[in-house]
Amino acid sequence: MTEAALSSVARSTAKIDSREKALRRFEIGDRIFHIVTRSSAIAVLIVLGGVIVSLVQGSMPALSKFGFGFLTSDAWNPVTEKFGAAPAIYGTLVTSFIALLIAAPVGFGIAVFLTELCPYQLRRPIGVAVELLAGIPSIIYGIWGMFVFAPFLQVHVQPALIATFAHIPGLNLLFAGPPYGIGILTASLILAIMILPLISSISRDVFNTVPTVLKEAAFGIGCTRWEVMRSIVAPYTGVGLVGGVMLALGRALGETMAVTFVIGNAHKIGASILGPGTTISATIANEFTEADGAIYTSSLIALGLLLFAITFIVLAISRLLLMRLEGQGAR
Amino acid sequence: MSNFLRSALVATAAFGFATSALAADISGAGATFPYPIYSKWADTYKKETGNGLNYQSIGSGGGIKQIEARTVTFGASDAPLKPDVLDKNGLVQWPMVMGGIVPVVNVEGVKPGQLAIDGATLARIYLGEITKWNDPALVKLNPGAKLPDAAIAVVHRSDGSGTTFNFTDYLVKVSPAWSSKVGSAVSVEWPVGLGAKGNEGVSNTVGITANSIGYVEYAYAIENKMTYTDMVNKDGKRVKPETAAFQSAAANADWAHAPGFYQILTDQPGSKSWPITASTFILMPKQVPDAAAAAEALKFFGWAFKSGAKQAEALDYIPMPANVVSLIKKTWANDIKTADGKPVYEAK
Repeated sequence: MTEAALSSVARSTAKIDSREKALRRFEIGDRIFHIVTRSSAIAVLIVLGGVIVSLVQGSMPALSKFGFGFLTSDAWNPVTEKFGAAPAIYGTLVTSFIALLIAAPVGFGIAVFLTELCPYQLRRPIGVAVELLAGIPSIIYGIWGMFVFAPFLQVHVQPALIATFAHIPGLNLLFAGPPYGIGILTASLILAIMILPLISSISRDVFNTVPTVLKEAAFGIGCTRWEVMRSIVAPYTGVGLVGGVMLALGRALGETMAVTFVIGNAHKIGASILGPGTTISATIANEFTEADGAIYTSSLIALGLLLFAITFIVLAISRLLLMRLEGQGAR
Repeated sequence: MSNFLRSALVATAAFGFATSALAADISGAGATFPYPIYSKWADTYKKETGNGLNYQSIGSGGGIKQIEARTVTFGASDAPLKPDVLDKNGLVQWPMVMGGIVPVVNVEGVKPGQLAIDGATLARIYLGEITKWNDPALVKLNPGAKLPDAAIAVVHRSDGSGTTFNFTDYLVKVSPAWSSKVGSAVSVEWPVGLGAKGNEGVSNTVGITANSIGYVEYAYAIENKMTYTDMVNKDGKRVKPETAAFQSAAANADWAHAPGFYQILTDQPGSKSWPITASTFILMPKQVPDAAAAAEALKFFGWAFKSGAKQAEALDYIPMPANVVSLIKKTWANDIKTADGKPVYEAK
């Protein structure tokens, strides 16, 4: 009997053993999983840190030579090695701003139409078509912009703009000739087309999150479509819309190839948006290969650092806005 | 070519791949302007000898940086390095092949070679002092032509380039105002105009922009059937852009008395000389880190001088004159040495 009892104890300890082993195995597996995911996350931080360190290090010669003047000077003279970032910063901000000004309303319009008004059979084709726009590589936009869009603007649109605004003070400076075809406005329009799918597909997805009950209730009390969009859908989705616009802005700020083709690449700050300009990324793409001399190369890297900073600020502002909006939503 | 030789060549070509796996490729990096001819030469050379050339056309600036860091066997630059810079970095340079830079225009009704332009007028256009096609200076140069009352759209290179270096060097030589306000370099602070990337960018921009003017390598102007202009040269003669005119400029240049072959072919004398002629340069270390690789590279360049002229002309480049080639070979024999002081190049 005792033997039997002993053996049963042994069996149960063996069971406990295998259970413990299994538990330990799970624990090890869990720990490895934890370590792998954590190191992936840390790797991102290390890469980001490395980028910042090398950008700062690379731009030191230029920044220490020109100081704060680098941001405000509009000189870009490789012969005398005097460099300033103002035209590039100006071009980057202006083209992105005009692009948003055009793309945001149109993108929202597309999204509203697709979610609320469009016959059901047309939804998918139009939605896919808009998303296809996002799949076109930017170099294709650049080449199309240069060969098709710019000549069209030069012949048909820009002369009309110049003539229309010729006698309106202020606007006649903004739309001053001669019409080159390529320039700040052309670059902005190409950018607008490029970021349009981003804005419209994100807005469509957020509009789809509005509970049908809310909308139906509003329609039920006699609201028009416009009132439903303005008073129900827009407030409900505000956060998502801002997020989509900010993502689009981030893309517009950094877009390189398409802009390089059509902006005219002149280091100038002109009042006219029909004139040529440049952006930070276009300048780097254009000049990095042939930049000789430490200050020249360093100035280009400093431009990269500035773009990094601008993108960071835009992202920070968008986060701040999102937090604010979320706070309002909670109240 | 005898039948035997031909079949031997075909056999070498067929086995080229196998042999190239054994022989290390010659590595070079730099200027984009000579890339088409270097790759054409490399292709033929590989068929004949089995030795390949790996040339990265990353731009002259990149070529100079890479040869200074000794990461390639040779560097290539469209703008020559000044003799003191060569000495500082322990480099030797020589001109490899030449080309011409031509003004191109897009004015309705104007055909290639119909307009003529001189250096002073070209400088004033690029300074933004002449803004209309019917400016008196242009009308005086082209009494018969119908020039429109339209604004000139000036187009220049937006990327740093040897083409810009030679173009602005010419403007510096012919215009005191350009010299004091802008100067010459691979990339300058342009007073006016649109920037376009690469020769192809400038030729496209001029092609699509009405009433524009730009400057491109001769080969691009010919290939794209662009409206090039004639030019008035240093001797006051009107010349057409053609091989003979570029060669005349090279023949009139005094290479023998140019230390480090620092010689820019713009604005050369001679009644037939094209005013904006350019040569492109090869850079190699004086003391080579890898003697075998350097010897292979020099063998390739020697072959190119000897047998590559026809291919160069077919691609609208201009081969170096024979007297310059012998000067270059003398430089190879005297200046390029291994770590223990032995010359790398054996004159044959």
